[in-house]
Order: sequence, then structure tokens, then C-alpha cells
Amino acid sequence: MADKPKIAFYWCASCGGCEEAVVDLAEDILSVVSAVDIVLWPVAMDFKKADIEAMPDGSIAASLINGAIRTSEQEEFVRLLRKKSGAVISFGSCACTGGIPSLANQFEKERILSYVYEQAPSVINELKTRPQLESKGDEGHSLELPAFREMVRPLDEVIKVDYYLPGCPPTPKLIKEAVTALLTGKLPPAGSTLAPDTALCEECPRKDSKPADLAISEFKMPSGAVIDPEKCMLAQGFICMGPATRGGCEALCIKGNMPCTGCFGPTSRVKDQGAKMLSCVASSAAGKEDAEIDKTLAGIPDPVGTFYRYGLAKCRLRGKADRVPGKGVRQKA
Amino acid sequence: MNLNDKISDKAPARIGFYICHCGTNIAGALDVPAVRDYVAKMPGVIVARDYKYMCSDPGQELLGKDITEHKLNRIVVASCSPLLHENTFRKALEKAGLNPFYFQMVNIREHVAWVHTDKPGATRKAKDLCSAAVRRVKFHKFLEKKKVPYHPDVLVVGAGIAGIQAALTMANAGKKVYLVEREPSIGGHMAMFDKTFPTLDCAACILTPKMSAVKSHPNITLWTYSEVAKTEGSAGNFKVTVKRKPRYVKEELCVGCNDCIDNCVFKEPKFADEFNMGLGKRKPVYMPFPQATPHVALIDAETCLHFKTGKCKQSCAEACDRKAIDFNQKEEIKEIQVGTLLLATGFEVFDAAKDPYYGYGVHPGVYTSLEIERLVNASGPTNGEIVLRDGRKPKSVGIIHCVGSRDAKTNKWCSRVCCMYSLKLAHLIKEHTGAEVYNFYIDMRTPGKMYEEFYDRLLEEGVHFVRGRVSEVSDFAMSPEEEGKLILRAEDTLAGFVRRVPVDMVVLSTGLTPKKDSQTVARLFNIGRSPEGFFQERHPKLAPVNTFTDGIFIAGCCQGPKDIPDTVAQAGAAAAEALALIDKAYIELEPDTAFVVEDTCSGCKSCVPLCPYTAVSFDEVKKKAVINETLCKGCGTCVAACPSGSIKQNLFEDEQIFSEIEGVLTND
Repeated sequence: MADKPKIAFYWCASCGGCEEAVVDLAEDILSVVSAVDIVLWPVAMDFKKADIEAMPDGSIAASLINGAIRTSEQEEFVRLLRKKSGAVISFGSCACTGGIPSLANQFEKERILSYVYEQAPSVINELKTRPQLESKGDEGHSLELPAFREMVRPLDEVIKVDYYLPGCPPTPKLIKEAVTALLTGKLPPAGSTLAPDTALCEECPRKDSKPADLAISEFKMPSGAVIDPEKCMLAQGFICMGPATRGGCEALCIKGNMPCTGCFGPTSRVKDQGAKMLSCVASSAAGKEDAEIDKTLAGIPDPVGTFYRYGLAKCRLRGKADRVPGKGVRQKA
Repeated sequence: MNLNDKISDKAPARIGFYICHCGTNIAGALDVPAVRDYVAKMPGVIVARDYKYMCSDPGQELLGKDITEHKLNRIVVASCSPLLHENTFRKALEKAGLNPFYFQMVNIREHVAWVHTDKPGATRKAKDLCSAAVRRVKFHKFLEKKKVPYHPDVLVVGAGIAGIQAALTMANAGKKVYLVEREPSIGGHMAMFDKTFPTLDCAACILTPKMSAVKSHPNITLWTYSEVAKTEGSAGNFKVTVKRKPRYVKEELCVGCNDCIDNCVFKEPKFADEFNMGLGKRKPVYMPFPQATPHVALIDAETCLHFKTGKCKQSCAEACDRKAIDFNQKEEIKEIQVGTLLLATGFEVFDAAKDPYYGYGVHPGVYTSLEIERLVNASGPTNGEIVLRDGRKPKSVGIIHCVGSRDAKTNKWCSRVCCMYSLKLAHLIKEHTGAEVYNFYIDMRTPGKMYEEFYDRLLEEGVHFVRGRVSEVSDFAMSPEEEGKLILRAEDTLAGFVRRVPVDMVVLSTGLTPKKDSQTVARLFNIGRSPEGFFQERHPKLAPVNTFTDGIFIAGCCQGPKDIPDTVAQAGAAAAEALALIDKAYIELEPDTAFVVEDTCSGCKSCVPLCPYTAVSFDEVKKKAVINETLCKGCGTCVAACPSGSIKQNLFEDEQIFSEIEGVLTND
């Protein structure tokens, strides 16, 4: 056991899908398990924080951390793992770019708490009780809860990250390649994303059916339309994030006849995926007059959720935005 | 030491920083030494100096000397607008053996000194801007200007006096000129005038020789009744599509004998004649005016019986022994390659109906100045007789200046020609009719050679002048002598009371306005317009015939109101500027062009339709976008739109821009 490299898996603000993805390695997981010594994997094994704290610094070969960072507990744990690990891999969309949880950055912390604990239709809380950081139990013992931070952050804004493995979740093929690279030491320069650096269109089977001038006059939602299984999604009026999204998934969603939603994040050359796709789509509207353009854009009822579905935590225009449902985003100073 | 190679991109930056006093322009508004000292402490800055005039020869020499002595490899100059001196300093770098693009200029004059009054604030802003430039310049790369051949042919759009003059000048210099005119004949507004001020020589007499010269010039291809439909490309290499409207008369066969017109089934002219401002009549087949060039008849499909009913016996076609009439003529599309475009699309006369209190279109006795020009003209609808619509000769005439000019309600600008042409018309009306003529003016504007003298002459001729803006023209008589007259009411600001002047005829001296479609035309050629709608010159004083688009020049009233001498002078200037480009035979391309990083382009084609210069295409074999750098103007549209960040632009790469932003935001 002592000779095998030590690996830790950890989860933060995430759905558990990334854990599933590891299990999805199927029989390959056995070779991974036999090649490494898993020292932490909360979803599957019972290790305690103290076990990790007891380990010498840098003794874990690699920590694969999924999920975004919202609470003080998550911060504390990833900092601990950073200290104990040789390499940290930001695993999955949430850790890399904030993911779905970071859509919460549209709302102020107070609005979220008041909705969840007071206003949600399913809540009855007449005393307006909210979780406290510290509280005394009946028997005099004290209880502690992690602090809920103002914003959701990607992992690399909390600790230094060595490699990124994007995807919601990362595909088994990329996980296998990453683990193999880790075990064999054949890793690219630190800071790299372990996926191709061209946009998805490159590997899209429908690439040739994309016209040069999209001239979109109507945007459609996949839920309310029949999707042609051969033709470029954008050419059909569906927002497909493919042009602004890193490839490597082998166009899984497209092959399932659904448009790309952008989970692999931007290429290394792009700092803000949503802004890039907006800028690209905005140029593709057929209408030239304001009224026509407005009509076309009305086909995208949730632009933030469409263009920043996985990347709001990396959006360059970050500020305290407070969104009133149905009334758009009101920017606060 | 050779810094002039790509290896020096990677060498550690050794920055020279120079801040210019610009006399007191900059030094008076901000603390120059403080900015110098602030930048001097920045990493990579080897030399930081201030100097009274960086653009002077000693200033440039100072820069060159430092480059050699201190082995500088990046230079930042904080002075005026790059528009003025970027080239000066780039040349100074080049002279000192440094690539001219290892340079960044900071505009602390127009952007700081001239727009702020708070000295400490201005100093802080200057520091921020300089810090941005110093951070950015480290990432500047070795770049080279490319030379591409300049197509020698020219397209002149609009064949009024400006277009004619420019076309002839360039054709005489041996250049092949395409002259495109929207109307069936060349000549423009000048062809409609009777006499020209202040010399009173006949407009046709001086214009028609030039019109004939255009027609017969071996170097000029004249396309009338034609419009530019599309332009692509850029300076030196434009591709232009011209639409030739059908005139239903074969231009190459017609000799202008008028037999078709004489034999038209309409025995009498019945339709409003555009050239005579609707005061006369013409047939469906017509010659626009006697000296029309080309001297070719045309058929107006709107009024021609054949086109309207299909049941005409086509007597015009029968009468033509040259078989020039062709009812099946179709619109023709011509594509041409030219290096230079010269726009002389002219103006429109202010629509007098927009000033309703002057009663144009309501009182038959109210005319516009252009209508009077046609009435005075011997080939006009009345053969040169000034008569009212009812045939009476006017015994008294009121001329109202500044209609649609110098008026907060319509157009604010002075149209520059109205005072002089009003004087001319006053003279002609008096000469032809002996009528009493009253000029109502705000200010008499007669700057120009022999113009004031012409005014003096009119004063002696007994024309009346009332200084005051007419408030209304009415037919409401308040006394027996006003019965049956048009009454002009105006405050005589010199006499100090309100006058009522009854007259038989009112002439509205309408101003000059931009063409109604000037915005469409500006977009077609990708040039700018000034707020009132005339085409925008590159610099109001120093580049009056250039536009912000290289290779496109403007002349005449499309740039702003002006008289014939100024128009002709401007046309000559535009032609000379064009010739200067053509005779250089090549054009140097700025290297701030965009390029596709082929390895990472996913071939999504998002960029392809966006380029305003059609520089981006799609390589169907490689499945990647390609940018033709000779067409690229560095506008950055594709760079912003590329969703995978695979298009970069020289001098505007991400690391350059982000470090610049950091510089602005990092405050001490």
C-alpha cells in the first residue's frame, strides 16, 4: 500500500454527478483503484478530516475536487487538501467555472436566505428562524454551522489549481486520460486544462451544415420544437454553445439531438464564455431594426441561464447583481 | 545590436518614457514632472524624461539618442493625439534602428489637459494612462507594414460640377475614370442655373464645354441613369457594383435627333418636367434638357403608354431610323475594380413646404429660387420670361433669404450661397421685368472675390433691402393697396418697426441640405456623416477632401454647402489627393490587422459574414476561417465575435489590452 500514490476525491457545491462519472469508468475503475491508494472519498468511503490532517504535507499525490465553493467549510477543506497534495485537479464544471450553483450569483445572499427560509411556498416559518453560525443546544453544548458566503466561487479563486478537467460531468474518456497521465507522470504544463483547446464545432458531426451567415430570425427552445437530427443547431434557431465551448466531449449532447449547453467552458483563449457567445449570437440576428431584433431576442427568455449556465462565477461583469424574478437584473452599486 | 527582429519580442523590456509639455498646452494643466517621476519608478522603465516639444527635431533626436545609449527596446511618448504624431514618433524609432511598433502613444493633451480644469485630478489621470501604456508596451511585438499594389482606376460618383471637374482632372492625368450619375444627364444643379454670381456669366456657357469634354474623353467611362449598388474592399482595391437603369433607348445608337419625341403618341407634352421643377411639361419620351449629356433620349416607364397599357402603337420606335428604341431593355449590372472612390453626390434644396408660414404650395405666387432660375433661363418653361402662374408679369417681387438656413426650427447652418444667389436673382428679375424687388435678409453674407462689390452694385441698382426675417407671407389684405397681393410681414430691424410689403411674387431663397439618402450612401461607402448629415471630412481644416476611409474622397456640396468656385477648387483638391495615392502605385497596410490562429479555429464560421470589408472567408478544404490581410482594416469585429478566441489582432492582443486596463485601474 505504501508504494501506491495517494489520491483524494472531494466534493463541494455539486450535485454528485461528478462522483457518478468516476464510477462510470466501469471496469476501468478497478484498475484505477488497484493502482492508487484512495485516502479520501466522502461519497464512497468513511474517512475523517482528522485523518487528512494527520498526513504529512504534500503526501497526497493528487486531489480531485469537484463542486463550487460557497461555504466556509468548503474553503477550509480545500485549503487542507491543497496543503496535503502534490497536485490539485479542478474536477467538473462547478469546480472549474462555478457551474450551475454559480447561477445563484444573480441574487444577493440575503435574498436567497429570505426566500429559502421565509418566502418559498413550501415553507412555514412564522418566527423567521434562520440557521445560526453558532447555537447552544438544550444541554448546554454548542453547535457550529459553516458560514454561507456572499458569492459562489470556482475552486481556483480559493486555492491554487494545477489542472482542470471540465465537463458536467467530465467524460469517462477524459477522466481515464487524466488519471493515466497522473499515474505515468506525463502531465502537460501546470495550469492546463486536460481537454482539447479547440471549440466543439471542430468535432461536431453537423459542422458542415452550418451556414456562414446564420441570419437567425427566431430563437427556439429545444423543449418546444422538433429538432432536425442532421442540421446545425444554430442554423435551426437553437442556442448551441458549441462555438464558444471547448471540445473534448465528442459532441455527446449533439449526438443525442440536443444543443450544447456549454459545460466544458471556454477555450484557454477566452476569459468569459457567456460574453463571447453573446457577442457571436448578437451578430447573427437577421433583423437590422431594433424592433425586429427585440422580437428575435425574445426567443431567449433566460439569457443568463443560457449563456452562463456553467460559467457565471467566471463572468467578467461580476458585481452584486440582484435579480427580481421576471424583471431582469438590477445592478447594485 | 539589432533590435529589429522577432527575437526581441521576448527580450526583457527596456522602456523609455517621454512626456511632452506641448508648450503650456500640457504643462499648464497637469504636473508634468510628477507624472515623469511616477513612471520612472515603474518596472522596466530605464529612462523617463520630460521635454518641451517632443515632436520637434531635438525631441525626436533625444529619443533616438536614448535608444542607442540605453539600449531601449520599448518607447512610450505621452503627448498629443496619435492621429497627429504617432507616425512622427514611429519614424523616430525606425531611424534609431528600432521596430516602429515597439511604441505606444498616450494622448494626455486632448484626453487630459484640454478637458480637465482640476490639476491634481488631471495629473492623476495622466499617471494612470501612462502606467497603462507602459504596461501594455512590454507586450508589443515586431510588426511590419505590407505593401500592396494600388489599382490606378477611379470611380467618381455624381456628375455635377464637382464630379465633372474631378473626373476631368484625373482623366487628363491619364487615369481611367468611371463617372456614375444617378440622373439621365450629367450637369447637376449647375446645369439648372441661369447665370452665375458675381460675374453673371451664363451657367450653361461655362458648364457645357466641360460636359462635352467628359462625354468625349477617351479616359472617361460615363454611366448616367446609374447608381452604385455595392462596394467591397478597401483603398487601392475596391470592387464596385453599379446598377444601370434601363432608359429604353440604346445609348450607343441614339444621336439625340428628337424624332422619337416628335412622334410620340402624346401630341403635346403632358407630364411634369423634372428639370424645370415641374413648371414645364414633357412627354413620356424626352430629352432632359437641350444640352443633356449624353445627348440621348429616354422613356419614362411611369408615364409611357406602352408600359402602362401595352397598347401603344409605338410610333416613337417607328420614327427612329437608327432603331435605338428598345422596350425590352433591362437593368444592367456592372462590376468594376478601382483603387479610389471620389464622392461628389451633391445636395438637395430645402423643401420650402417645411416652412408653412411662407405659403409655398398654398399661394401660387410663392416660388423657390430654383424655380426662378428655370423661369429666367432662356431654355426654361417660359423661354426666359418671368411670369406668374397666371401669366401676369410681376410688378413687385419679395425675396426671402435664409429659408431653411440659420433657423432653429429647420436647419441651423448657413447655406453660404443664398445671399449671393438672391442678389443675382434680384438683379435678373429687375433686369427682365423692371419690377420693384425687396430683399429680406438677416445678415448679408458676401465673402468672396468680387462678392461684396456685387452687393454694392445691387444697392446702386435700386433693389430694396430690408434687414429682418419675414414672419409670414399671407394674402390677407389690410388696406386697398394690399388687395390681390401677397403681403410679407417682417420687422425691419434697422428702422425699428414692422413692415408690411405687398408684392406680386415671392421668391424663397431655400438653403442647401444633405441628400435624403445621405445616410444610406454613407453606409454604402462606409464613410461618416457630420451631425447635420453632410459627409464627414477627415479633418475640417487639414484634410477637407479626405474621409476616415482611406481611398475615398469627397468633393462639393455632399460635404457641406458651398458655391461653384469652392466646389471646383475642392474637386481639384480631391482629384489631386487621389492622384497622389494612385501615382505612388502601392499602398502600405497598417499592421494592426486580424489573423486566424489556424490550429485552434474550430471552423464555426461565426466571423465570416461579419466583416465589413469582406476580408474573412472560409477555407472549405481546411475547414478554417481565413483573413485576407490586404482587405482587413483592423476594425476588430471578427476578433470580438470569435467565440473560441481564435482570432487575434496585432497591437490589440488580449495581454496587451488587459495589461493596459490593469494599468488604468492600478492606482498608487
